Amino acid sequence: MHKFMMQLRTRVIVSLVAILSFGIVSADAAVKAGFIYVGPVADGGWTYEHDQGRLAIEKAYGDKVTTVFVENVAEGPDAERVIGQMANDGADIIFTTSFGFMNPTIKSAKQFPNVKFEHATGYKKADNVATYSSRFYEGRHVLGLIAGKMTITNTIGYIASFPIPEVVRGINAAYLAAKSVNPNVKFKVIWVSSWFDPGKEADAATALIDQGADILMQHTDSSAPMQIAEKKGMYAFGQASNMAAAGPTAQLTAIIDNWSPYYLERVGALIKGSWASSDTWGGFDTGMVELAPYGKAVPADVRQLADNAKKAIIEGRLHPFTGPINKQDGTSWLKAGETADDGTLLGMGFYVEGIEGSLPSAN
Amino acid sequence: MDMILLSAIVHAILVASTPLVFAGLGALIQERAGVLNLGIEGLMIVGALAGFVVALSGQPLLVSVLAAAMAGALLASLFGFLVLRCLANPIASGLALTLFGLGLSALAGAQYVGLSAPQVAVWHIPLLSNIPFVGKAFFSHDPLVYGSILAATVVWWFLMRSRPGLVLRAVGENHDSAHALGFSVRGIRFLAILAGGGLAGIGGAYLTLIQTPLFVEGMTAGRGWIALALVVFASWRPFRVIAGAYLFGCVTIVQLHSQAFGVSIPSQILSMLPYLATILVLVFISWRSKGKGSVGPSSLGKTFKISH
Amino acid sequence: MIHFESRAEICWFHEWIVVAVALALTGLTCAVLLSVFGFDPFVSLERIVIKPLSSTYGVSELLAKATPLITIGVALSLSFRAGIWNIGAEGQLIAGGLAGGAVALAFYGVDSFWVLPLTLLGGSLGGLVWGAIPAFLKVRFNVNEILVSLMLTYVALLLLSVMVHGPLRDPDGYNFPESRLFHDAAILPKLFSAGRGHVGFIFSLLFAVGATWVVKRWHLGFEMKVSGLSQRAACFAGYDRNQTIWISLLVGGALSGFAGVVEVTGTIGQLVPNISPSYGFTAIIVAFLARLHPLAVVPAGLLVALSYLAGESAQLALGIPGAATQIFQGMLLFFLLGTSLLVNYRIRFRRRL
Repeated sequence: MHKFMMQLRTRVIVSLVAILSFGIVSADAAVKAGFIYVGPVADGGWTYEHDQGRLAIEKAYGDKVTTVFVENVAEGPDAERVIGQMANDGADIIFTTSFGFMNPTIKSAKQFPNVKFEHATGYKKADNVATYSSRFYEGRHVLGLIAGKMTITNTIGYIASFPIPEVVRGINAAYLAAKSVNPNVKFKVIWVSSWFDPGKEADAATALIDQGADILMQHTDSSAPMQIAEKKGMYAFGQASNMAAAGPTAQLTAIIDNWSPYYLERVGALIKGSWASSDTWGGFDTGMVELAPYGKAVPADVRQLADNAKKAIIEGRLHPFTGPINKQDGTSWLKAGETADDGTLLGMGFYVEGIEGSLPSAN
Repeated sequence: MDMILLSAIVHAILVASTPLVFAGLGALIQERAGVLNLGIEGLMIVGALAGFVVALSGQPLLVSVLAAAMAGALLASLFGFLVLRCLANPIASGLALTLFGLGLSALAGAQYVGLSAPQVAVWHIPLLSNIPFVGKAFFSHDPLVYGSILAATVVWWFLMRSRPGLVLRAVGENHDSAHALGFSVRGIRFLAILAGGGLAGIGGAYLTLIQTPLFVEGMTAGRGWIALALVVFASWRPFRVIAGAYLFGCVTIVQLHSQAFGVSIPSQILSMLPYLATILVLVFISWRSKGKGSVGPSSLGKTFKISH
Repeated sequence: MIHFESRAEICWFHEWIVVAVALALTGLTCAVLLSVFGFDPFVSLERIVIKPLSSTYGVSELLAKATPLITIGVALSLSFRAGIWNIGAEGQLIAGGLAGGAVALAFYGVDSFWVLPLTLLGGSLGGLVWGAIPAFLKVRFNVNEILVSLMLTYVALLLLSVMVHGPLRDPDGYNFPESRLFHDAAILPKLFSAGRGHVGFIFSLLFAVGATWVVKRWHLGFEMKVSGLSQRAACFAGYDRNQTIWISLLVGGALSGFAGVVEVTGTIGQLVPNISPSYGFTAIIVAFLARLHPLAVVPAGLLVALSYLAGESAQLALGIPGAATQIFQGMLLFFLLGTSLLVNYRIRFRRRL
């Protein structure tokens, strides 16, 4: 036991040194890019992928850029201060990577007019605040196709976080796609009221499987549902990042949030002096949404179907929200052939027809 | 609702409750000795990490669980030192323990995030596990679920049926009298703290070894505080801790299932129920014992100092 | 054999020496840890402590962060002196923030001078109600206030969550779980042009002075202290224990609620699901760091607030993970509690007979 504790200690120290030495940056570079993370870098999902983007900047621009980050910034009173401290500390551009940072970002931008801000997934812009997000619903469409084809029980379990448009859009996109290839498919949705609570996500995954779901989708950030799927011999889709390590046989594919192309472009623009506030919503075509390699369980015809859909979306031949689509209450939303406009999608607060249950606390 | 689903729900309730059973027993044994330890959350998460790291190195479940218990006991000994040796305020010491445990595990555990612990085999109890419904619900679990019930039995037997347990309770009821009778109040309390720390550590390890099974910082998510409430809910009795834990687990799991059935009550309202229920139980047992002094061990949370 | 003897009278000098020793030990441990990991402790200190404080922005933010810690710390120092363990100040803060925020939103668009005072009053009342529940249950049924106030913290947090997901949600906010930004009439005035330091800080100073006055000059303060030290003594002296319970928890609730409403109207400017990064719990550390002296809560609150800022700049400047802040706070409290033995007891070395 003693030997083990020694080992543990050595490992802890080694890791600490690794963590500590990692953050040191030189001070004489031209552009300083800062990142505000809502979770730990090592979350293996949302924040991890943003940090991959940060590393891509360092790699691509070498000594023209330095980067700093602060992790685990709570979406509350502290956010504005951390953003401000970063700006005070000489950051030229600051990426705030969670929705809850929206108002703190806007307020900080007023206090630091010479610093550029980039806010992910929000809807408020300013002269020095740009917004960006990805069309994850394009990825969800492909996931829905695979799920619809592969489910045997015709029941898909969906672990959702909060009933915000982003999440509702994902559920709708996946359901419509699954329904298009399997008219008998049913979605069961559980809201866990958290982005990251492995214990609760695992309980929700178990509950869904117990209720007959054989494929899980998640819009929460931990790999716990994937682990449960692996344990119970079911299938699941990774979220935000490739989760094949957690579910080597369970993962069918994963939506990968690839922020690198966007971060490279924006920091590049700042270096060149051509940065301007903008509103970016990139999909498969920009490389901001990617799919992980298909799992072994996905048969060839399903792979073909998924690849075709992805290609069609990239080429603009397919829009995941193409009418006729009714809302859950039966009223018409899109007429035949009509596609949804971005404004409606951005504020989506309703289920489409066929999904059971109601959105929590919808007025 | 069909029986298969019902048995699966019962099964899931037992899994969700088991960390609470262990942590609750850990808090109970300390409180019976008169020690109020608000550091259960910190002990749990440190145990969670220690058990996980050992499991990753390929050790069998028993070794991982023992490592978690030792890590919990080790951190708890710091609390014991402060409270018993330095006569520090137990409330502040417990909070310091929670802060320190959460911080330490986050720092030391960062490198293990994203890894998975090996699967733990399920023990199907012969014959019993073949009974329809009951078999799946109660007799097809991982070893730790049975272990939690065994632990409660042992704690009950120790406290209620053994002489050392009687001494421990005496120390919790009236430390001055126990001291006058020649018992080492500090020694007994320290052992209770170690045992409680160990049990809380195992409770944490259940999360990382079986329930999820992965480690991320802060993953105990307030379960240590629930465990403290459970002890009061159980009016300091081991088997009632099990009952209370299953009730908490039941609310959690049933809420998830009701959502999957399409019932929509705001999940926050349902999540409030266990806390409100605890307050009601507190009021009830306090009201019933009105006039008989305080509820629970009389010396609970009071600093013991040797006087002449 | 080492032997502890209660000191008959606690000398103020001993008390502060102990705080200094605990701080020095914590600082030393941090310095050693930093050098073990290859940082120059002095350069690091400059980067993570001095630099954030060398701008108006930094000072302003420090005051903003310290405001709730001091406000609640003052209340808790009174309550802990009286032996009432109000662990649920966090819940009272949230209840106050929620109630005050609801008032601010109800009068959205009303541009009158009375909106802000009404909002602050609403917040204090919200916290007061939340503090009154454990007080009532303790007085009426002798229910442990630690557990009730703790349970109510979770209830408050969930209640806030229900409200910002539902009734108080921003109607133009795309269903995101936050309220709209408060109208300017409900926003606390700022102290500086930079940062978010607001007049709530002035209030917190006033509370600290007021509480000190109560403790030193008012018989009530004495009664509460005696009641905390020995219930029997208080009983013999004819002091009313129930009165102590009511005052401790009502004042605790009202001040925590005030801290909450000041936080939403001063630093956040809207209701969000998470209005407090555990201020109510951290204030317990502050109260102990101040050795339960209301006036000493001010420097203690500033110091703990600084530990957060330093933790963030340590991440920014040195890449030290955020969890280091919690370890630092835990360590400080450990050292403080460990050394406080020297204040309360005389240590005698005696030969065993």
